[in-house]
Amino acid sequence: MNGSIQLQHTPTVEYLLRLGDTTLILGQRLGEWCGHAPILEEDIALTNMALDLIGQTRALFTRIGELAGDGKKEVLSEDQIAFLREERDYRNLTIVELPRGDFAFTILRNLMVSTWLKLHWERLLHSSDAELAGIAGKALKEARYHQEHAADWLLRLAGGTEESRRRTEAALAELWRFVPEMFESDAVDAAAEGARLGPARADLLEPWEAEIAAVFAEAGLTAPAPSKFRSTATQGVHTEYMGYILAEMQHLQRAYPGGVW
Amino acid sequence: MAGAPDTADRAHAAGREPRVQAAWRVLDGVLDPEVPALSLPDLGIVREIHVRDDGLEVVLTPTYSGCPATEVIEQSVIDALDAAGLGPTRVSMRRAPAWTTDWISDEGRRKLRDYGIAPPGPVQPSQGVPIRVVRRRAPIECPHCGSTATEQLSAFGSTACKALYRCTACREPFEHFKPI
Repeated sequence: MNGSIQLQHTPTVEYLLRLGDTTLILGQRLGEWCGHAPILEEDIALTNMALDLIGQTRALFTRIGELAGDGKKEVLSEDQIAFLREERDYRNLTIVELPRGDFAFTILRNLMVSTWLKLHWERLLHSSDAELAGIAGKALKEARYHQEHAADWLLRLAGGTEESRRRTEAALAELWRFVPEMFESDAVDAAAEGARLGPARADLLEPWEAEIAAVFAEAGLTAPAPSKFRSTATQGVHTEYMGYILAEMQHLQRAYPGGVW
Repeated sequence: MAGAPDTADRAHAAGREPRVQAAWRVLDGVLDPEVPALSLPDLGIVREIHVRDDGLEVVLTPTYSGCPATEVIEQSVIDALDAAGLGPTRVSMRRAPAWTTDWISDEGRRKLRDYGIAPPGPVQPSQGVPIRVVRRRAPIECPHCGSTATEQLSAFGSTACKALYRCTACREPFEHFKPI
């Protein structure tokens, strides 16, 4: 099991990878805060959230393995799916692969992505795939908590010192151009919606904007104008940062094939 | 989740089988590795126990997706039942309906308080409420002095399931089991 695997990118697998790769890579990025957060409590908070995200990823990848295995061949394991794909086969949102930045950057990104995930999980409770609905039931509770944590901190940073305000505004200016990708629609979304597997991302834009606007209003932040920039990691075309994350994540499985804890 | 059980099946038909009853009693002595004040049944994660052709089947519902204690708990269930001569045992994981702190027993809540952890209040339904991303929390009672003059220090504590608080009346810090 040392060589790269090829998943059959059916619309269902593709749809689930967008969720699972997003939780995987954000979990990896949050894990990088271990030993580096501004205070001990936040060190613990960020890595706890990383654990939740990796746990959600495991459940999603297990489901993808079952679906991609199609009942015939050997079912792909969660580890194979996480560690043995080539870069172009990952389907996460671009925003989660950006380097972790400073604390304000991480908090704002967490708010944006946890809100996006929460809105997905709420709708996936009613998925035609019972396994996925079960995963959503658990993940929804976690995503809500992550969102509240990020919202709490965004208020404190935006209303804190001149320096924390400056950093928060800088993070907003940097991150906002990755929003359009989060709500793009394509054939994968249409198929998921048609099969009642899950929501089309475009339908989540309005509730997402409403929730983000509520936090920004309290924080006294203004959302920048919509960007014309289009990021493309959900299509498999990643930023230059992705290769470095994968090198770090995959090193053990590539060097010691099949190694387990 | 219509028709889904919201309590463990201990009191129901399968629970009247002597071997199943004995298994529940054994699990009463198996503690959660991260909150050792609670047994697994107190925590509400043991959902069902069945006698199958190949031995006992214990159905567990994990607390958090990423809870690092899940594997340890699974093994400790198997070890305890095997040691009591009730095995062989296999554990199956059931994800839906998702675990909620509402499943923690009254006995479990009392044990948590005695241990110095403020037990979770009832889970607030979140559907249909106006957008309120920023929390307005219900007051948490200090497990030491009973005052509600408490404040949150951190949303996460020593484990994923707890938050850090302090009491401004008796000045003691304490942990709060988050309602989810």
